[in-house]
Amino acid sequence: MATTSIQVNETPLVLYLLRRADDALILGHRLSEWIGLGPILEEEMALGNIGLDLIGQARSLYAYAAEAEAAGNDEDTFAYLRDAPQYRNLLLAEQPNGDFGQTMVRQLFYSAFADPYWRAMTASGDATLAAVAAKSEKESAYHLRHSSEWVIRLGDGTQESHARVQEAVDVLWPYTGEMFECDAAERTLADGRTVIDPAPLRDAWDGTIGAVLSRATLTLPQNGWMQSGGRTGRHSEHLGHLLSTMQHVQRTYPGAAW
Amino acid sequence: MTPADAEALRLRALQAVKGVCDPEIPVLTIADLGVLRDVAIRDGRVEVTITPTYSGCPAMNMIQFEIEMALDRAGIGGGQVRTVLSPAWTTDWMTEDGRRKLREYGVSPPKPGGGRRELFGVEEVECPHCGSANTRVLSEFGSTSCKALWRCEDCREPFDYFKCH
Ligand SMILES: [Zn+2]
Repeated sequence: MATTSIQVNETPLVLYLLRRADDALILGHRLSEWIGLGPILEEEMALGNIGLDLIGQARSLYAYAAEAEAAGNDEDTFAYLRDAPQYRNLLLAEQPNGDFGQTMVRQLFYSAFADPYWRAMTASGDATLAAVAAKSEKESAYHLRHSSEWVIRLGDGTQESHARVQEAVDVLWPYTGEMFECDAAERTLADGRTVIDPAPLRDAWDGTIGAVLSRATLTLPQNGWMQSGGRTGRHSEHLGHLLSTMQHVQRTYPGAAW
Repeated sequence: MTPADAEALRLRALQAVKGVCDPEIPVLTIADLGVLRDVAIRDGRVEVTITPTYSGCPAMNMIQFEIEMALDRAGIGGGQVRTVLSPAWTTDWMTEDGRRKLREYGVSPPKPGGGRRELFGVEEVECPHCGSANTRVLSEFGSTSCKALWRCEDCREPFDYFKCH
């Protein structure tokens, strides 16, 4: 049985769609890893729900990528039959769950970006992207609020919870710069008003994160050197492990269906 | 097909599909929810347009299936279900009748014009059991994507709140 990975013809639009879809899928998958392990029942459901929202966003974006590429790929082959170097997600999304606090910090960092990002994308000149954005921005607003509340509660909690969540902030901080990058491929689309340049969202993100960390009595890290590479397929070792679990069934039994 | 025949078919199809219920909130029909956007006749065939509530709503496949079954039961063949994302579904599309049914079911309905929420805002939600506004959120994410879990501080009953979107 062949388990060959697909080849994708990454036009600027297809590449853009895979990047955003991969962010949502990988982060959604990470959240699904909490199923059965959540600290309390309500949070187990919350993490499952947020993961479901993200995987739903990914499906819409992959479906559009399939249509744009028109090469016979579909949402399943994009998800299950690409290797780690073909994935285009942010390094932040693939970082391990760590403890519950670290999962919430990762979610806060991403949602504080996704919320204004999708809101701005509702003005896209591309009708399909504007429609996906309109759904995603509403969902992201809830994700942002939920993760903010937890980061505040844990930061302003016990000595132990404060120390742990501060460490999570420090560990994940170098992965936040990548969200605001805009390379040549994406620049072409931004010039055509299909997508937005994420760089100007930096102020809004800084404002949100500053407000949450301050309420949480946490220290904002210095803006030093930032990790980068996910958008071009240079990933941390964590992604390969995640994919080996996520793709296991399709790689072992190609074409298996429910 | 004459225009009159087409309109008769459209009305028959509408009658058949508007009673399809949300599998997760069975007191609400897809018409109550605002998920049913349009029933039209295209090239002599019925086309039903729906819009998902949430991107990852697992009920959408089920709803599509139920619509196809409803058309089939009404003796209407060759019908198609089309899912559109735009304009994005909002809880403002929920009918007054739907809101009343939700309340009777024990779920606090979304407020019209609820719109998006502030990062640190406080929301007032009425208890569907006793009507008290003295309530608090237990979890932003409830038993399904569209609901949050709240508790009434007066009658002490927990209840679901259908979130504004
Ligand atoms: Zn009450």
